[in-house]
Amino acid sequence: MTAPLLEVQDIVKVFGTLKANDNVSLAIMPGEIHAFLGENGAGKSTLVKMIYGALQPTSGTMRWNGQVVKIQNPAEARALGIGMVFQHFSLFDALTAAENIALALPGAHDISALSKRITSVSKDYGLPVVPHAAVGDLSVGERQRIEILRCLLQNPKLLIMDEPTSVLTPQEAEQLFIVLRRLAAEGCAVLYISHRLEEVMSLCSAATILRHGKVVARLDPRRETAVSLARMMVGAEVAQVKSTAPATRGAERLVLQNLSLAADGAFAVALKNISLSVAGGEIVAIAGVAGNGQGELFDAMSGERSLQDDRLLLVDGKAVGKSGINARRKLGMAFVAEERLGHGAVPELCLSANMVLTRHASDRGIANGIMIHMDQAEIAKERIVKNHDVRKGRADPEARSLSGGNLQKFVIGRELDRNPGILIVNQPTWGVDAGAAAAIRQALVDLSRQGSAVLVISQDLDEIFEIADRIAVISRGQLSDAQPAGTLTREAIGLLMAGSHEMKSGENNHAA
Amino acid sequence: MRLEKRAERSAAMALASPVIALGLTVITAAIIFALRGISPLNGLYVYFIEPLTALWSVEQLLVKATPLVLIGAGLAVAYRANVWNIGAEGQLTAGAIMAGMIPVMLPNWQSPLTLILMLLLGSIGGMLWGSISAFLKNRFNANEILTSLMLVYVVQLLLDWLVRGPWRDPKGFNFPKSITFTDWQLLPYITSGIHLGVIIALVMALVLGFVMTRTLKGFEITVAGLSPRAARFSGFSKQGTVMFCFLLSGGLAGLAGAIEISSVVGQLQPQISPGYGFAAIIVAFLGRLNPVGAILAGLLLALSYIGGEAVQTALQVPEKITRVIQGVLLFYVLACDTLIAYRIAGLPSATEKRA
Amino acid sequence: MELLFTLLTIIMTAATPLLLAALGETVTERSGVLNLGVEGMMVMGAVAGFAGAYLTGNPWVGIPFAILAGMSMSLLFAFLTMTLLANQVATGLALTLLGLGLSALIGERLVGQPGIKLPQLFGIDPLIPISFLLTGFVSWLLFRTKAGLIVRAVGNNHASAHALGYSVILVRYLCILFGGACAGLAGGYLSLVYTPQWVENMTAGRGWIALALVVFASWLPLRVLAGAYLFGTISILSFVLQAMGLGIPSQLLSSLPYLGTIFALVVISGNKALTRRNTPASLGQPFVPDH
Repeated sequence: MTAPLLEVQDIVKVFGTLKANDNVSLAIMPGEIHAFLGENGAGKSTLVKMIYGALQPTSGTMRWNGQVVKIQNPAEARALGIGMVFQHFSLFDALTAAENIALALPGAHDISALSKRITSVSKDYGLPVVPHAAVGDLSVGERQRIEILRCLLQNPKLLIMDEPTSVLTPQEAEQLFIVLRRLAAEGCAVLYISHRLEEVMSLCSAATILRHGKVVARLDPRRETAVSLARMMVGAEVAQVKSTAPATRGAERLVLQNLSLAADGAFAVALKNISLSVAGGEIVAIAGVAGNGQGELFDAMSGERSLQDDRLLLVDGKAVGKSGINARRKLGMAFVAEERLGHGAVPELCLSANMVLTRHASDRGIANGIMIHMDQAEIAKERIVKNHDVRKGRADPEARSLSGGNLQKFVIGRELDRNPGILIVNQPTWGVDAGAAAAIRQALVDLSRQGSAVLVISQDLDEIFEIADRIAVISRGQLSDAQPAGTLTREAIGLLMAGSHEMKSGENNHAA
Repeated sequence: MRLEKRAERSAAMALASPVIALGLTVITAAIIFALRGISPLNGLYVYFIEPLTALWSVEQLLVKATPLVLIGAGLAVAYRANVWNIGAEGQLTAGAIMAGMIPVMLPNWQSPLTLILMLLLGSIGGMLWGSISAFLKNRFNANEILTSLMLVYVVQLLLDWLVRGPWRDPKGFNFPKSITFTDWQLLPYITSGIHLGVIIALVMALVLGFVMTRTLKGFEITVAGLSPRAARFSGFSKQGTVMFCFLLSGGLAGLAGAIEISSVVGQLQPQISPGYGFAAIIVAFLGRLNPVGAILAGLLLALSYIGGEAVQTALQVPEKITRVIQGVLLFYVLACDTLIAYRIAGLPSATEKRA
Repeated sequence: MELLFTLLTIIMTAATPLLLAALGETVTERSGVLNLGVEGMMVMGAVAGFAGAYLTGNPWVGIPFAILAGMSMSLLFAFLTMTLLANQVATGLALTLLGLGLSALIGERLVGQPGIKLPQLFGIDPLIPISFLLTGFVSWLLFRTKAGLIVRAVGNNHASAHALGYSVILVRYLCILFGGACAGLAGGYLSLVYTPQWVENMTAGRGWIALALVVFASWLPLRVLAGAYLFGTISILSFVLQAMGLGIPSQLLSSLPYLGTIFALVVISGNKALTRRNTPASLGQPFVPDH
């Protein structure tokens, strides 16, 4: 039995009144792929940031190869041999791949020598990276490779990976696993943070589970089931979405006809010939890896960017492609944006003022075009808080003071409260705890069963399979045909995510 | 010292911050007086208190505050929307030129309409001058801070040319001045020292305060400033907001220009404002970017002008101290504003104690 | 030929203060900080430079005085925006208003005093070759060194730089101070070389033009050099045209630099592809590190 590479003992980290880590202990062996599991907000990122020196623990000790260490900053962590791949990458869009990597390396500044090293290491590990490419022009997968290479060039003994596959297609994830297994075989330990239980069970040989800042289990994930792991993470059985009635396809309520839209800005995606229809009574989901045009498609459907031609978008048979967002809302459409703070809600405004944000045009009681009636907004806010169990500190707090899950329940509730005929939601449960996510999914199913058309854009395949009646996949601004959920497998969707349908769309383009 | 973000903005600090800033400014002023060998208490008295003890100087204070309140209230709205119009001085000048056109071109036209038209043209002049920056921002993405400021120099040179050239008073002994305005080319006086402009400024600021808190337009401006993306989601046009803010703040600055030449100045001359357009930037911030707050802040800044004149005559301190005190005041306001959104780590917070 | 040489000398004299101030601001903005107080730092540099020369009788002493004055002003800006997290636009304006007022108060007794011109070396103002060297130095620093890479990284994405362990606040403090030093030097050039005397508000908007130059140059030092000489030429052009007496109002000619600035901003900013690549992405945004 060898000694642990890293031993974290009784770490406590307090933010104000919140105990983010409460006596957390963790031991990682050399060459081990160690899973670190927990819900959003369980305290995983906090601990990992302390190991990487980006945060300092309130109390507790860390041992590296048996020696007590105090890691004051990331440079010290890197000097010890700890590398980290961040969930939201720590990359610089305006700089080249080589410059990005140089920023994490000590020693002389020689970009051309570094570029040669990058090329050779990237060949060695099968992680293709072009050193002089500007990172802003690269795909998410390519960016992750740069992050990984940045760690590999420092010959790490411990590699921390924070939710690495959440932005990858299943096939890209498989490629990553090959690299990780090889690193482990070479003796490098990997601390693998994820909430995807399937991949943890196949990849990791040890796991530590965190709940509300405390370690609740240490186990071998290969001997568990996804259900048993989930139970330990959440602490209770997660409610399953119940369908009150089977889907009955009514009339087509939302129709996109060969919708195209030029890219808006340097790092944006152009939409190409997107056709889709959503009928009353069904939920259609759009799957895809982040950054493949989901935001652009949402903007095109909501009217935040207007289209070239009215007939590109039909709402209950009415051509509205050139209408603005409020004209569309008046026709019974409702929208929930991906970014809660700063898009769907104004962080610094209280909830009642945030009611006005999306309701001032469609709700005559709240605003009449000139005046605002805050008392009416207040009443509507109270209704939503009650119906959707929005938990908050005081009567009318600023939006930013709510937790992610509660704010999401509020912004979705704000639209459901209008009983919309067509609801378009981008990432309905992103960053939301399991309980709130289940409630939100249930609400979406319920709305569709009342005859509304619901379109869900999501990166979460579990969620999509749970609620969608039909599924389409978006990749580089092109959308595959929507197919019934029962006829699709994860593998098939993975291939579509990687762009297998794009050729076909290209041909359509020629025919048109 | 480390700062921690508060979960919510502190309402108490929002009120306290300008007061703290003012206190620090007074202390700084005392130090400046002491450095010049003047008794600080005497200096402070002459600067800040004495002007408030005589009726005539209070009236003068109100008159001086008029352009500051008008412009400051408009700038407060623009800054709320993150539209950085810093060329109000130029818009004031443009308003003065447009308004001055009437008495200069039609010196004998005397009717109440004369005055109304002057005020109207003044506002339009300010709007036009402001709208240039808005147009350049919307159409070419040109930074409005720089364009609005450059346009100050341009319009001041235009005024300079007018009063030295075509609009010069032929009987004015070659001084660079237009004819002096008379009767209905001037604002009526309510008391011996207060003209109608004082009322106009007060009403305008109150109306703007109402617009900001109760109307959809005010909501649009608030949202546009806090979160542009959410403003778009709410269906507000960014370009529309930019144009509105420049038209509003420019229009009010132009109106202030018209009021100045039809009251205190009484004619066109190369310099018609001692930098009101720039001082109004301080008014806007000191008033918490709130048009009603601009009333109090405008009065305070007016006091700083009058106090500066007072210390010059009474204590032989150059009135340039005015601009130093104004600049220092803005610094303190900005520094104290930090305490609204942040708190100093380690100190117990009021909200925590309550909880 | 001699006329051309004279003209070139005058253009250099007009361009140098713009170049110095804009180079400093380029570094500041590259680190993601928008300091609109260039005018205020510059005018303080002008009065301090003049005062240093006047008090000691040695014009060379004016140079460090000017630099220190600009740096002190920028330190004030840095403290407010970096430590107290105040709004950068507002603080920059405050810096300008304070600088104009304070310099007028300090320089009150210096108005009308005879100036001492910085002596020429080998027939040229020594600050002119220095401004060229500084251009090369800034360009080399930003694009050839690790320090410059860190500055660009901080300006591009301060959260990532923080995650990698760089002190965003420290980097920005240093870049702001560099900007202040350059602006102070530019002001000193005005009161020690350009018009060797102290006049209130003698910067006359040059700080603002320097700010516009930075945008015009897409944050690239060599383009700042080109831009400064273009603007220097424009301002000299107005003098030349006035001297030629073509009957064009002098006010119109005097407004040429300002109109030219607006025109340049429009041309450059309208070209999105050009500005996009070099604009520091976190320009003007406050950085609040998590605990």
